[in-house]
Amino acid sequence: MSTPLLEVTDLSISVMGSKARTKIVEGVSFSVEAGERFGLVGESGSGKSMTLRSIANLLPGGVTVSSGSILYKGQELIGLQNEKRRRLMGPEIAMVFQEPMTALNPVMRVGEQIAEGPRRYLGLSRSAAMDLAVSMMARTGIPDPKQRAKAYPHQLSGGLRQRVMIAMALSCRPKLLLCDEPTTALDVTVQHQVLRQLEELCEDFGASLVFVTHDLAVVNQTCSKLAVMYAGRIVETGPVKDVFKDPRHPYTQGLLTSAPDFDQPERELIPIPGFPPNLADRPPGCEFAPRCRYAQADCTSLQPRLLPVEPGRNSACLHTEEIFPGVLV
Amino acid sequence: MLQRLSFIPVRLIQAIPVVFGVTLVVFLMAHLLPGDPATAILGDKATPATIAALRTQLGLDQPIWNQYGLFVSHLFQGDLGTSFTYQRPVVEIVLAAIPVTLSLVAYSLTLALIIAIPLAAIAATAPNRGRDIVVRIYTLIGQGMPQFWVGIMLILILAVNLRLFPVGGYGNTALEHLYYLFLPALTLGIALTPTIIRSLRSSTIDVLGSEYVATARSKGSAGVTLFRHHVLRNAAIPTVSVIGVTMGYLVGGSIVIEKVFAIPGLGSLMLNSIFTRDFPTIQAVTLFVGLFVVGVGILTDLTYTLLDPRVNLTGSVRS
Repeated sequence: MSTPLLEVTDLSISVMGSKARTKIVEGVSFSVEAGERFGLVGESGSGKSMTLRSIANLLPGGVTVSSGSILYKGQELIGLQNEKRRRLMGPEIAMVFQEPMTALNPVMRVGEQIAEGPRRYLGLSRSAAMDLAVSMMARTGIPDPKQRAKAYPHQLSGGLRQRVMIAMALSCRPKLLLCDEPTTALDVTVQHQVLRQLEELCEDFGASLVFVTHDLAVVNQTCSKLAVMYAGRIVETGPVKDVFKDPRHPYTQGLLTSAPDFDQPERELIPIPGFPPNLADRPPGCEFAPRCRYAQADCTSLQPRLLPVEPGRNSACLHTEEIFPGVLV
Repeated sequence: MLQRLSFIPVRLIQAIPVVFGVTLVVFLMAHLLPGDPATAILGDKATPATIAALRTQLGLDQPIWNQYGLFVSHLFQGDLGTSFTYQRPVVEIVLAAIPVTLSLVAYSLTLALIIAIPLAAIAATAPNRGRDIVVRIYTLIGQGMPQFWVGIMLILILAVNLRLFPVGGYGNTALEHLYYLFLPALTLGIALTPTIIRSLRSSTIDVLGSEYVATARSKGSAGVTLFRHHVLRNAAIPTVSVIGVTMGYLVGGSIVIEKVFAIPGLGSLMLNSIFTRDFPTIQAVTLFVGLFVVGVGILTDLTYTLLDPRVNLTGSVRS
C-alpha cells in the first residue's frame, strides 16, 4: 500500500487554562488518501476544528499539539521547522475558513488576496497573478470575475465571498484542501452550489479534501469517508454511505436520528439528552456514557478504544456488538 | 472612490461656522487679557497723552463690537491687521512662520511613527511577555516626561555633549532645516509615541488574532510581508483617529518647544505676541491654529476613508 497523503496518528491537542492544561483533542488518528474526500463530523467543541487547524499550523494562541504525529506525504509536520512548514502552506496544503467575511482581509481587493499566493509560489508577475486570480474566480463560478476582482470583501455576497476563499485556496494547486465548515455561514441553496463547485474543482485539481462540519447532510453530499468526533476523540470511522445507513456507535446513531431527513419527513426526531462533557473534568470511562441510552455499568469505568468492527469501519463503543447486532468483531 | 470622497466639500462648508466661532473666541479672549497694548508698546516712559494717541491710532478706543466688526470685515479682504510690535501686516508675519511650524509638526509625526510602529509591533507579537512589558514601561515613562524637559535633555546630550546637532535655530536651506529641526521634532515625536504605541499595540493584537491573518498564514505569508500586507493597514485604522486628535496638542506643544529650541515658528510668534499684547498677531495665529485643527479633522476623515474601503462618510446608502 502506498503512503497516504495525510496520516494523523494519536494526535492530542491541549489548551493552557488558568490553572492546568486541558486536553481538547485526544488520541485522534485518521488517514486521507490522495484524491479522497474525508469528513470530520462533530458538534461544537468536539475538537474537529482544532484537529484541522493543527494540520495547517494555525492553532490559536495557548493551544498546542501535546503529542502525536501528522505525516504529510510521509513527512512529519509536528516539530518541523516553521519556515519549512510555512512553505507547504499554499502549494501543498491550503485552507478554507468558516466565515468568509472575517477570513478575508477587509481592506484588500479580493483579486489581490487571491493573487498573493501565486505571486509568492508560482513566481508570477503582478499582472500574471492577477490574470490567474480572475480565471480562478471564473472557475469557482463568480460572474463577471474581472470586475469582481477589484471589489472589496464587503461589496460581495456571502456566497461570492466563500467562492473567493475557495479560489484563493486552490490558486496554488494544493494537494490537500482543509475546509473548516465552509458552508455553515451560507443559506441552503447557496451552500449546495458552493459544495458542488468545491467538489468539481477538487476533482479537476486532483486535490484531497478534509472537510470539517457539524452538518451531516453536507458530509453525505461531499465526502466518501468520515470520522465522527465527540469530546475530542474519534468515536466512529467508516465510509459515509455505510455509516449513514447503519451507524455502529450510539453517538453517531443519536446524531442521525436527531437530524431531519427530507427523504423521511414523517420520521420522529430523537434528541440526544444532556450536554457534552466539560473537557477539563472528563467523566471516567466512555465520555458519551452519561448521555447514552444504551449505557451499562462498565461504560462509566472503562475507556473504550477505537476498534475495527467491519473491514474499513471502526467504532469506540464497549457494546457495539450487543447494541448493533450482526456486527463482526 | 470619488463618490466616497464627496464628503470633503460638505466638511469644508461645515467648517465655516466653526472658524467664525474661533475668531469670536479669539477676539474676546485677547481683550480679556489684563494689560493694555498701547502701554506695552510704548513702555515705561509713555505719557497718558501718547498712550491715548496710540489707542486712537490702533482703534482701541472704539467699542469692542466695532473692533470685532472691523476685524471680520478685514478678514474677508485677507487683512488681519498690522502687528503692533513689528509694524508689518500680520498676514506676512504669520505666513512666514506657518511653514516652519508645519514642517516641525510633520517631522515630529514622522519620527513618532518611525519609533512607534516597530515598538508596537514588537509588543503586539508577544503580548504580556518580556519585550511587551519593556515597551509598556517605555510608554508609561514617555507619558510621564514633560516635553520641555525631554527637549533640554536632548540638547544636553546630543547637542552640548556629543555635538551631533545644533542647540537651536532653524537653518537656511531645506537640508539645514531638516538637520536643525531634528531635535525639536524628536522631542515632540517622543511625546506622541506613548499614545500611538498604545493604540497601535492593542489594535495589532486584535488584528493578529483575526481570521484573515490566519488566512494569510494559510497562504504561506509570514514575518514582515504578513505584517505589511495584512496587519499594518488594518491596525492603523483606529490609530489614525487617535493621531488626528493629538495633532491639536502637537501644535500646543510646539509653542513650548519652539521657545526651547529658538525656532521662528508660530509658537514663538504666539508667545512673543502675548507678552507684547500684540492682539492682531495673537488673533491671526490662533485663527490659523483653529483652521489647522479643522483641516486635520478633515484630513483624518480622508485618511480613514482611504485606508478602510468600508468607511463611507457621505451619509448616502452604499450602492
